[in-house]
Amino acid sequence: MFTEDWDKLTPDQRYEERMKAWFATEAGIPFVSDEVRDAWRERVQMLRDVIELRKPKRVPVLPMGGFFAAQYSGLTARELYYDYPKAQDAYLKVNADFDFDGAFSTFAGVFPGEMYDILDLKLVSWPGHGTGDDAPFQYNEKEWMKDDEYDLLLRDPSDYWQRVYLPRIFGALEPWSMLAPFTDIWEPPINVPTFFPFSLPPMQQMLEKLVKAGEAAGRWIMGPGAVDGQVAAAYGRPGFFGGAAKAPYDILGDTLRGTRGIMLDKFRRPEKVLEACERLVPLAIDQGRRGCDFTKVPIVFMPLHKGADGFLSDADFHKFYWPTLKAVIKGLIDEGLVVWLFAEGGYDTRLQAIAESDIPRGRTVWLFDATDMKEVKRHLGGFQCFAGNVPGGLLIAGTPADVDDYVKRLIADVAGDGGYLLAPGVVTDEAKPECVRAMIEAGKRYGAQI
Amino acid sequence: MKDELTNAVVELREDDALAIVDRLLGAGADPIGILDDSKRAMEVIGEKFACGEAFIPELIMAGEIMQEISAKLRPHLANSPGSGALGVVVLGTVEGDIHDIGKDIVATMLDIAGFEVVDLGVDVKVQRFIEVAREQNAGIIAMSCLLTNAIDAMKRTVAATRGAGLDGTRIMIGGAPVTQQIVAYTGADGFGKDAVEAVELAKTWLGGA
Repeated sequence: MFTEDWDKLTPDQRYEERMKAWFATEAGIPFVSDEVRDAWRERVQMLRDVIELRKPKRVPVLPMGGFFAAQYSGLTARELYYDYPKAQDAYLKVNADFDFDGAFSTFAGVFPGEMYDILDLKLVSWPGHGTGDDAPFQYNEKEWMKDDEYDLLLRDPSDYWQRVYLPRIFGALEPWSMLAPFTDIWEPPINVPTFFPFSLPPMQQMLEKLVKAGEAAGRWIMGPGAVDGQVAAAYGRPGFFGGAAKAPYDILGDTLRGTRGIMLDKFRRPEKVLEACERLVPLAIDQGRRGCDFTKVPIVFMPLHKGADGFLSDADFHKFYWPTLKAVIKGLIDEGLVVWLFAEGGYDTRLQAIAESDIPRGRTVWLFDATDMKEVKRHLGGFQCFAGNVPGGLLIAGTPADVDDYVKRLIADVAGDGGYLLAPGVVTDEAKPECVRAMIEAGKRYGAQI
Repeated sequence: MKDELTNAVVELREDDALAIVDRLLGAGADPIGILDDSKRAMEVIGEKFACGEAFIPELIMAGEIMQEISAKLRPHLANSPGSGALGVVVLGTVEGDIHDIGKDIVATMLDIAGFEVVDLGVDVKVQRFIEVAREQNAGIIAMSCLLTNAIDAMKRTVAATRGAGLDGTRIMIGGAPVTQQIVAYTGADGFGKDAVEAVELAKTWLGGA
């Protein structure tokens, strides 16, 4: 890990080590000039300041990258998925033209069309594969996990994922279901049958496709996937998500049982839902930590979905959603990490739960969308960093003057004590460029005066 | 006795509710009465939703129970008199968007409130809204979306409808990104922030409020 005595370090010491390691990544970035390097340092420092609830030099203005890059460069969304040089140029252009304090990243929602074509991904439709050429990716809501499979999942989640879930969501991986559990492999000759399916033609075809998918992944990583690194070098704009994790209830509800499935399960088999959420806690912590170990950026991105206002009663939020989400947050903080929670939708009714929680102070960032930011400050100010919430609709339908007004008021209302950063409340797919520019300019103008 | 079924549905006791329906049908009870009791329960859940005592999972679970009850009643009901009396609503998620959960809840609630709902599904092309609205002589076109990307599809659909001679047809929109500003931007006639508001708006427009 980051030090030899990692196991003996306290969470705060681990945090210090991870922050040091983040700053030290500058040694590997080929900055185009000393000024750009200094800008990068200053921006990472501003992020650190707001995370630790201090007043930054000025309020940082961060993007939530999305399809806007395509729109702005006159590309179709489809080209973003399939034409890597064009996609790469589009993201570089957005980063050249919009002076955010962090990278406008491919992270939110752009992925390699070629790779998922090879794998025949069924979970999601994307431009050129199920949605129109100009529509962003969308989930195909379905019970990818059946309602009678909870016990199978609970017995061994990894085995469930490999032999049941993967063959369902990837057409090309259907043969995987022929394999026996890998835990069968303890010694010869008991494990001979484990290897037999690899002699069968469908399995061999699957392996060939996996090799092709791996190569396609490599092409994407070297292309659009490399944009964040280039942006850091050229514009001094740091990437700010080092890894990703999800709330256990969302893991279960988003892509296994589906929105409808999880909502019905809550009534029909509540104990199984709770048990499954518990089972997923250590897996979520491990996933978030591994991402950050690799990138050295100590911030774990957690998009929150099914705990928003209206999606659960308050009692059910406290029963089904919050305990295991909190366990993941605290587990990641124990590892020295910062957890960035993207609270999509409204969170007005959840603020009190966050405020009253035993999450260590100054170790999370809460990005809000349709939540009352004055209430956010009242509940979280001085306890956790918060961010948001320029509405997506305002960037589409408003004027630059509307955006300027909104940002001015927002900063006056909530930024005064520090611990705050300005960002759109949603991932930016559609927007008027002049409104995005107005958001950045207003953020810098009013955010310098706090 | 009469409230037994209504209460079971309101409390989302699925097994109890279905057992009561079986028992009532077995005893020769009037299926229309059973349907009315169930619909009353749905109205109560809608009211609880409006005042923040019930949430989306409760609406979905109630809709599920309602469907199961309807399936049991169907063989006993030649047709359902009285339904659709308030007018026709042509409903769908707009082009480019495949989200259906919000739309489905609105469809269920409009149906229970007494509208005839023609559900066009998801990713509905502009022309399809217009054709069906014309065929069905719709009082309302209701468009749903979840993605901000779909707002322009709404705007296009509204514009095309305005030019299609559907002067008597009002347009309501709804979905997570929709605000009064989006109503103005798309040129729609109004929006509901949730299913309950959508039903209220529909009643205001077509009567029954």
